[in-house]
Amino acid sequence: MIVRILGGGQYELADSTASELETLDAKLNKALENGDEAEFAGALSQLIDKVRTSGSPVDPGRFIPSELTVPHEGSTLAEVRELLNSADSGEPGEA
Amino acid sequence: MGVMKRLTSIVQAKANKVMDRVEDPRETLDLSYEKQLEQLQQVRRGVAEVATARKRIELQATQLQQSAAKLQDQARQALGQNREDLAREALSRRATIGTQLEGLKSQHDQLVAQQDRLTATLQTLEARVQAFRTQKETLKASYTAAQAQTNIGEAVAGISESMSDTGMAMQRAQDKIAQMQARAGAIDELMASGALTDLSGSTDPLQAELDKTSQSNQVDLELAQLKGQLGGGTPTSSLPAGSGTEDADTGPNGETAQAELVADTPGSDETAQPASQTAATGAADTTGAAGAPPAEGQGGEGEADEGLFSLDGDGAQQ
Repeated sequence: MIVRILGGGQYELADSTASELETLDAKLNKALENGDEAEFAGALSQLIDKVRTSGSPVDPGRFIPSELTVPHEGSTLAEVRELLNSADSGEPGEA
Repeated sequence: MGVMKRLTSIVQAKANKVMDRVEDPRETLDLSYEKQLEQLQQVRRGVAEVATARKRIELQATQLQQSAAKLQDQARQALGQNREDLAREALSRRATIGTQLEGLKSQHDQLVAQQDRLTATLQTLEARVQAFRTQKETLKASYTAAQAQTNIGEAVAGISESMSDTGMAMQRAQDKIAQMQARAGAIDELMASGALTDLSGSTDPLQAELDKTSQSNQVDLELAQLKGQLGGGTPTSSLPAGSGTEDADTGPNGETAQAELVADTPGSDETAQPASQTAATGAADTTGAAGAPPAEGQGGEGEADEGLFSLDGDGAQQ
């Protein structure tokens, strides 16, 4: 399973880590919905740590799409919210 | 749906936009190579922009530190002239600078983080572009094979995703720079309005008052000295009023206190000095007040980042 940390490259993780990632993702989602900044920051850094420690970096010369995407390290709640809303509105990330 | 899945679709949607005009995968490969080169240039510029923004913040912090040091000096001077009101004003401006410095520090930290990440992005991108250059001809050559088509599809999706991610990283860096510029602009305006600067601006009524008090104190002092020389050192009650200092009529002892408060320079507390020397001390005090703050500020320039963003940084200079 390939996971991208936005701005931090891709990692290849064993499928067995999926449930753990899901738990952390749910925590992140809940914090996002509740607007809980501290909880959000904690969940995000846990998620990023998990991806980094459990996965191995994908060789930059390998071109492969990701299955899951983690927000940028240090993102604020508002930034992620905006990113998630950018699907239907403007294109802040367009190159 | 979880955050990670939603983000993945968003990144993919953006990635498709990057590539949506091209149908032939072989063309896509050439196009994505070109786009990657373009992006490499953009990221290089981005790293430079963040570095410039960071420098600007550091420069502004240095200027604020200089103002703070000068205000501190002026507060001391004002107190020496028994002008607590002026001292209070100077210290309150200095406190405002403290708040501004805190804000600058957090932005500085963010920019440093941005610069680090963008530099890492640049390095990855360079490796990618290098690898892609060698791969794309191979992929093109085997395009006809069904297997290769799948590979091309996947590789192109991976490239687009990576480009989309880089685009977002750039956007983030630019947002931080824009935030920084907004704050820097606001501080510049504050400085221009005089709210954060020292009290010595020529149009500043507070400084004018401070100067006036200083001058009349000087005159009192010299007058007292002269009278002391002429008449054995007693009659000072005929000094001009309005100087704001009552100790002028207390004779030599009063003069001692006055000189210590105002001048605060070595030698000034020697009441037996001739008038000319006292005047020289007074002059030295004036130049000292004007000359010292820049020197202190320059000391601040060489300091580590931590000191640059806190008023405590000039604590040692007090």
